[in-house]
Amino acid sequence: MLEVRGLSKSFGGFRAVSDVDLAVAEGEIAAVIGPNGAGKSTLFSLITGHLRPTTGSVFVDGRDVTGVAPYKICGMGLGRSFQRTNIFPKLTVLENVRAALLAHRGRGPNLWSRASRLCCGEAEALLGSIGLAGRAHVVAGTLSYGNQKQLELGIALASDPKILLLDEPTAGMSASETHETIALIGRIARERRLTLLFTEHDMAVVFSIAQRIAVMHQGRVIAHGDPNAVRADAHVRRVYLGDAPMGTRR
Amino acid sequence: MDDVSLLFGQFLGGLTTAMFLFLIASGLSLVFGVMRVLNFAHGSFYMVGAYLAWQSVQWLAPMLGNFWLAALAAALGVALLGGLIERLLLRHIYGREELYQLLLTYALVLILGDAAKALWGTQQLSVSRPPILAGGIEVLGVTLPLYNLFIMLTGVAIAVAGWLVLTRSSAGRMVRAAALDREMLGALGANVGALYTGMFAVSSFLAGLSGALVTPIQSIVPGMDVEIIVEAFIVVVIGGLGSFWGTFWGSVIYGQVLSFGILILPSFSLFSVFALMAVILIVRPWGLFGRPLR
Amino acid sequence: MKTPATALVRRIPLVIVVFLAALTIPWIGSRYDTFLATQIAISALFAVSLNLLLGTTGLVSFGHVAYFGIGSYVCGILMKTYAMPFSIALPAAALGAAFGALVFGFFCVRLTKIYFAMLTLAFSQIIWAICFKWNDVTGGDQGLPDVPYPDLGWMSSVPLLDGLRIADQFYVLTLIVVMLSLAAIQRVIASPFGLMLTTIRDNPERAASIGLNVRGYELAAFVIAGGFAGIAGALFGIFNRGVFADFVYWPKSAEVMIMTILGGIDYFWGPAVGAATLVLLNQKITSYTEYWPFVLGSILLVLLFVFPGGIVGGLATGANWLRRKKGGRAGA
Repeated sequence: MLEVRGLSKSFGGFRAVSDVDLAVAEGEIAAVIGPNGAGKSTLFSLITGHLRPTTGSVFVDGRDVTGVAPYKICGMGLGRSFQRTNIFPKLTVLENVRAALLAHRGRGPNLWSRASRLCCGEAEALLGSIGLAGRAHVVAGTLSYGNQKQLELGIALASDPKILLLDEPTAGMSASETHETIALIGRIARERRLTLLFTEHDMAVVFSIAQRIAVMHQGRVIAHGDPNAVRADAHVRRVYLGDAPMGTRR
Repeated sequence: MDDVSLLFGQFLGGLTTAMFLFLIASGLSLVFGVMRVLNFAHGSFYMVGAYLAWQSVQWLAPMLGNFWLAALAAALGVALLGGLIERLLLRHIYGREELYQLLLTYALVLILGDAAKALWGTQQLSVSRPPILAGGIEVLGVTLPLYNLFIMLTGVAIAVAGWLVLTRSSAGRMVRAAALDREMLGALGANVGALYTGMFAVSSFLAGLSGALVTPIQSIVPGMDVEIIVEAFIVVVIGGLGSFWGTFWGSVIYGQVLSFGILILPSFSLFSVFALMAVILIVRPWGLFGRPLR
Repeated sequence: MKTPATALVRRIPLVIVVFLAALTIPWIGSRYDTFLATQIAISALFAVSLNLLLGTTGLVSFGHVAYFGIGSYVCGILMKTYAMPFSIALPAAALGAAFGALVFGFFCVRLTKIYFAMLTLAFSQIIWAICFKWNDVTGGDQGLPDVPYPDLGWMSSVPLLDGLRIADQFYVLTLIVVMLSLAAIQRVIASPFGLMLTTIRDNPERAASIGLNVRGYELAAFVIAGGFAGIAGALFGIFNRGVFADFVYWPKSAEVMIMTILGGIDYFWGPAVGAATLVLLNQKITSYTEYWPFVLGSILLVLLFVFPGGIVGGLATGANWLRRKKGGRAGA
């Protein structure tokens, strides 16, 4: 479903991502892990078109999407949620989702109809599936952090993606919130038969649901495979537990 | 020979305008570079400097060398005004969106403009040139007024002095650090608040000084604040917002474009400088010497 | 108990209510009242058009007056120099302003924040310079005095409007044009397009990743706002009995921005309220003192520090506070 070949990105002299190859099969749940500064977010930005790769290519469902602008990639089945919550703070929860639904269906240029009458059913259903049904008319900026992350997921889902990239979905959450969020993500992925690629710092999370893991360090993929193989990999252990130098700060 | 004189005359005129504008715009650029505030009221400080200089001359009339004292007094007065404004008003609005900062400085334009009108009325005022600088010199068939030469040299002097201070002194280093990462600087223990107030005061000093120095060659009129600020904006945009030498070269370019624009297309010289500003913003928004803003 | 009557009243759009109320002014007020009301109506349209950019899309334009000016000049030139009827001059003004917005906006939307504001300012000063210097077409610094009134003869055939003075008849015409325009803008804001604009305002990056061509939408908003500003300008040229270059001088952009913010950018009627307040205050205060800019500056300071939500924002906050107090007592 998602394939990345030889992807690299340099900023001036600094190689943030070096020659990364990655493949995620349809319906798979995969994770990219690595210390801070390893290049995980940069990798995501390269895939979603927020950054242009220096070299390499990205394929989604067989189509070359390298360097395609973010607003077009959305229509190609690629969805993303962001590390820092990225919602529309002055709109209500319902409007957040409604906007995403309308945008996805290409109904943005409609200057005549009343937006508040469109997509009501689907928007409410979507809110229900991410657990925000009771908060439809709350202004998004006033939601709790955890709820905002749920909304974030909802907005990404509204674009009916085939593959979802989640950038640190449980960042800043307590243990119970993390557990709930992961359960929610897992359920949604199964219900919608999504392909999932996420990054995480919380190893418990990663090993609980990931079917394949890629480990990044200083811009390169140093190991990939199923969780047990990765856990046992000597290089990976050295990077995480040993005396490998810290990745440079972004 | 005549043509050469004409062209040279225009060139000198352009340089005079340029250095003038540099004196004013340097303060604007400094404040924007470090504090990311685009100060509409900078033109008002310039105007207040001019009025204060005139006022000081009235009071100091019997004394010798009064023009220089008056200019200094005016500049210091405006510096004080600027410092107060920064402390009392501006500092509360740093964290907010640009729009609110712009409006705050515009409110000051309105208030200071009327304050000047209330204190000094609406008729044109002028100050006579200091006797030392009356008269002119002949260069290539063009008479260059000594005062204009003085302005040019002052501009260059301030440019060099400013550059030395920014690159060689510890205060200058702090200023450049603040431009790059304000929070980090604060975390390192520097008193960022005092730095900002100081910078704003220096910027106001420069504005006031240029206002004072313009009085012998231009009359002081209401509306000079609004007129000059757009010219200053053009110059810092061309050179690059926040770039010190950018402002210098931006001024030079502006001066020459205006000067020669009048020769080529008289009625469109006004249009040409705005068009230049637009072109720079379209093609290279961070100006000729600036760096892309994050 | 909601009776059918109250339910019906609630469904009448506010635009119509305001229109009907404003319509009564020539009969219940003086000549001066009509004069002020015309000015308020035009300023309200200008401010609401700016708010499509400011409050709905989050674009801080410091050059909105350029389109007001283009509209004024196009209408004025067509009606005075070419003796064209208003029914042609007005749409031409709107189209001319919208076209200007298209050309300028194309470049402006490529920039963000301070650079965007600076470029809008630069373009509006270019328009000013052209209007100020192009003597043959725009009258240069003399402007275009004596722009004729539109042919309002048709009004004599409408029962109530017969017998009104020409200025009052023009007021009625202005009111019709302004209210239709406001209704149109309101419709746009409530549409899916308007919703997309608010997502761009709130989070342009996220708006892109839900599939929006952000620059395209911003340009569209710019053009629509410019077109309506042009309509306001056309009306103003006639109202003012002349079109002059100082309409387009940059402090006028600041003035309309102040109106918009004074009323409250988060509410559709905010800018209209701000326009009315500012026009009335201006008239009141200039009759006592010549220091109107000082007063305006002080109002602006109070606004920035105490009431950032503007008048309507302040009222809404007050209403919420009252509602919560009542709810508190009624609850339990």
